Amino acid sequence: MNVRICVPREATAVSLGADAVTAAVQRAAAARGAGVDIVRTGSRGAFWLEPLVEVEVDGRRIAYGPVRAGDVPALFDAGFLHGGAHRLRLGPVDALDWLRRQQRLTTARLGVVDPLALDDYRAHGGLAGLECALELPPAVIVQTLIDSGLRGRGGAAFPAGIKWRTVLEAAGSRKYVVCNADEGDSGTFSDRLLMEGDPYALIEGMIIAGLAVGAAQGYIYLRSEYPAARAVLAAALRAAYAAGLLGADVLGSRRAFDLELRIGAGAYICGEETALLESLEGRRGQVRYRPPLPATHGLWGCPTVVNNVITLATVPWIFAHGAQAYADYGQGRSRGTLPLQLAGNVARGGLVELAFGITLDELLQDFGGGTRSGRPIRAVQVGGPLGAYWPASKLGTAVDYEAIAAAGGMLGHGGIVVFDDTVDLAAQARYAMEFCAFESCGKCTPCRIGSTRGVEVIDRLMAGDRPDFQQRLLRDLCQTLSDASLCALGGLTPLPVLSALEHFPGDFAPRPPGVTAAPMVRT
Amino acid sequence: MSALRTGAPAVTGLELDAAARGAVVAAAEAQRGRAGALLPVLQAVQAALGWVPAAAVPLVAEALNLSRAEVHGVLTFYHDFRRQPPAPHTLRLCRAEACQAVGAAALAAHAQQRLGCGFGGRSADGRFALEAVYCLGNCACGPALEFDGRLQSLASPLTLDALLAEAGS
Repeated sequence: MNVRICVPREATAVSLGADAVTAAVQRAAAARGAGVDIVRTGSRGAFWLEPLVEVEVDGRRIAYGPVRAGDVPALFDAGFLHGGAHRLRLGPVDALDWLRRQQRLTTARLGVVDPLALDDYRAHGGLAGLECALELPPAVIVQTLIDSGLRGRGGAAFPAGIKWRTVLEAAGSRKYVVCNADEGDSGTFSDRLLMEGDPYALIEGMIIAGLAVGAAQGYIYLRSEYPAARAVLAAALRAAYAAGLLGADVLGSRRAFDLELRIGAGAYICGEETALLESLEGRRGQVRYRPPLPATHGLWGCPTVVNNVITLATVPWIFAHGAQAYADYGQGRSRGTLPLQLAGNVARGGLVELAFGITLDELLQDFGGGTRSGRPIRAVQVGGPLGAYWPASKLGTAVDYEAIAAAGGMLGHGGIVVFDDTVDLAAQARYAMEFCAFESCGKCTPCRIGSTRGVEVIDRLMAGDRPDFQQRLLRDLCQTLSDASLCALGGLTPLPVLSALEHFPGDFAPRPPGVTAAPMVRT
Repeated sequence: MSALRTGAPAVTGLELDAAARGAVVAAAEAQRGRAGALLPVLQAVQAALGWVPAAAVPLVAEALNLSRAEVHGVLTFYHDFRRQPPAPHTLRLCRAEACQAVGAAALAAHAQQRLGCGFGGRSADGRFALEAVYCLGNCACGPALEFDGRLQSLASPLTLDALLAEAGS
């Protein structure tokens, strides 16, 4: 019998050599006359171990990693087809401490299943949620989601069930479900891993959303920077149509749901839901005034559910296991689990799904293992480019929407970027303003103009030109940005800027000419 | 950025030969049935020609019953659309926070020095385009870059030089 070997086809793993490892395994197996079935999976998100190769031995997967193509002959010599000992052997994958201590609900199938095999998906619990939802009236589906406590994982953390109820109750013969897959925040990749490793979970979640609100058409708006996710999603959609999961008669229910993949064109602002809708309609990705909300006047003016990838991909779990089972995880008003992403200067970067409540410190030490450089952590940025820069003294804060907000930050999409003690927070603050200027859609003045003025003020501050005055000016400018911007880009850019200024004032001391913070956007 | 400073070829794209014109019309025809088809049409044009010449704008506008201004507005809004022919090789460096935390700025300085151009520019021989990208979603294994569409993790000046040398720089 052939030995089943899993090697990720996920983008990061491939960038670290997973394709070459696959080819080497094939060559070595052929040379030795060993029968192997290589399955290209998604990634579990343990990036420091990629390429992570898993060999199925007696129904259990034995992990080896990080494997380079050059290691493969030695692995065969060591008998890795039978789980043999080797310096790269990590043991049974389900016993890996880093994985065992996680609470993987949304991301449970990542690295486990063949992303495109529907039977594999079903064998690992897929479609159970949809089959349950097909039996329920829309109002009960919506109530189930409300009871689960699931909040939008894209960043705004709005209760998903309340949004769905608004769309359900909105008048309109045409309604839409839109998946925001424009995951542009630096330090985040959970959407990408989910789409590459378990695309049917997203598709299933979108179908359930359609059933809940009475929509028969969905769109996935995927950023162009994710070509591997694009390929997987396109293939998954074809397979889902072929299997009758999508189309005029979803799983023989006589209910229709069509789903189309659209690709973005390199605009960070299209992660903002109204800019995304404008882009889908074929226009510049400029944000809309609100109200009205997309839930009542969304795509082409019709009631529209807009949720991000992780939110929608969590829905099937909730329907398969019950709202209470999901709500049993977490704390306070942050129910369930969050796929967190450890990024930047971190020793063990990757995807960590946990119930809300763990502190940032536990996360960074127990899962992240400190910095990659081995130097002390000086700052972390929580929640992407619009999140706060925090010093080590604030790492006791729990991962919880309210707790992080109360501490002056924003949890956002759950990305945590680690910086060691070589970071220059004035440069980071300047970059935040530059990035805002670069990606501003241009619709509102505070964001369009204020961001450029912000860069100039920080430059004058750093040059020692009346520093006290510049600091006051910077705070005043930030107040204008947060009060008067139309969306979160202008509204939250002050967060990284002011948190850097508050917690790392020494970095803003005037410096001699020539050592001012270097521009990081467009030179 | 001026064509002179970047060393970019002074192509205006105001005229299309018959083949290019055919490709634009075909792209518009293939996508026009989709709701909100403008982005898919422009993406199809770029996929066929490698860029979106100025002369494609009125053709696309005509096919979709839009004004030229609307098409121009969309074309110039999105960072992905190229309005000049692509270079034979494109290096995209991630310059966002997670990569900054592990040395993206030094890598960016090295790339600019090595290619002799800024971001948005081209090497003097015109063979290499240098572009900035804000997040490739590879944030635990930075610095990240993409060379001719291939993602690379843990990039350093050394690995960058190797990539460029392989491509003949």
